[in-house]
Amino acid sequence: MAMLHIVNKSPFEKVTFDSCLGHASAGDSILMIEDAAVGAIDGTAFADKLKAAMADKSIYVLAGDLTARGLSEDRIIDGIKTVDYAGFVDLTADNETTQSWL
Amino acid sequence: MKYTVMINEGPYQHQSSDTALQFVRAALEKGHEIFRVFFYHDGVNNGTRLSVPPADDRLLQKEWSELGIKHGLDLVICIAAAQRRGLMDESEAKRQGLDADNIIEGFRISGLGQLIEGGIQSDRTIVFGD
Amino acid sequence: MSSKKFMFVNRKAPYGTVYALESLEVVLISAAFDQDVSLAFIDDGVYQITNGQDTTGIGQKNFSKAYKALGDYDISKLYVEKESLAERGLTQDDLMDLVWEDEDDDWAEKSSIILVSREEMAAVMAEQEVTLSF
Repeated sequence: MAMLHIVNKSPFEKVTFDSCLGHASAGDSILMIEDAAVGAIDGTAFADKLKAAMADKSIYVLAGDLTARGLSEDRIIDGIKTVDYAGFVDLTADNETTQSWL
Repeated sequence: MKYTVMINEGPYQHQSSDTALQFVRAALEKGHEIFRVFFYHDGVNNGTRLSVPPADDRLLQKEWSELGIKHGLDLVICIAAAQRRGLMDESEAKRQGLDADNIIEGFRISGLGQLIEGGIQSDRTIVFGD
Repeated sequence: MSSKKFMFVNRKAPYGTVYALESLEVVLISAAFDQDVSLAFIDDGVYQITNGQDTTGIGQKNFSKAYKALGDYDISKLYVEKESLAERGLTQDDLMDLVWEDEDDDWAEKSSIILVSREEMAAVMAEQEVTLSF
């Protein structure tokens, strides 16, 4: 069963995102929303962890949360897909289950 | 697809209510069914009608209320969490001997069993919180 | 009503925020619905079930004893992550003795705490149908 993991914490402030990466299974998807969107940017202290996770997981970021924080989509790690709220809904429908990392 | 949505934070303090509102709107637009929206922890504060934000800010409680009425959503405030935080409907205020109620139209107060039932009845349960 | 696999994920310490207490309230209610309920204690969530909690110094009610009642409600799968304990300098000896009685085994008292590795926890999470996080 593929699971959508929804994470909403900046990886620079809390261990939540690390914990999510440590518990997501191969074939799962991870969606960054709210403060977690800052984790999508390339060249950060967190980027290598996310790139490693991309080997067997799909990574998404909610576009509105990225731009709200002054970050343009051209700065995100290659391979991370941006979604809008409709895309968010599709991800919850396409995966059998969801887990929010609060 | 049938959804239950859980909201665990109050409006303004945390983005979760904003995100959940956008999510629910998008889900409805796609033709999904929102079986229930369950407000827990400080999320019960999304159901007060006494909020008066600055004129240029959004009034989240009203947006939930209007969306709920328009689409016939079941917006449920947890009674145990509401009692702790001073959210009352008329009958609950009367039962507690209090002189006022503050719940906004379109919400109802009920028990935690409504959340579990939502999880059982829905295809997807999505949690928004901090 | 049909039975689903519910997991309640606890990642926060008690008392500093209300999440642990109100999570426990949801868990206790869930027992009335005859679902397949599991609890996960990871990260700071492991502090929710440490033994010897004493809240007299902070003016809050000590609700840790309520976890001991879970077994009476047929909630007997408390997955605790080894790595989360180790990272915090804790071992199972620091946790409450949480048990349930197995009616299929002459009401033998058995531990509700299932120590698992992070990898095993991930596998348990992957099996769930409804995951509520606190």
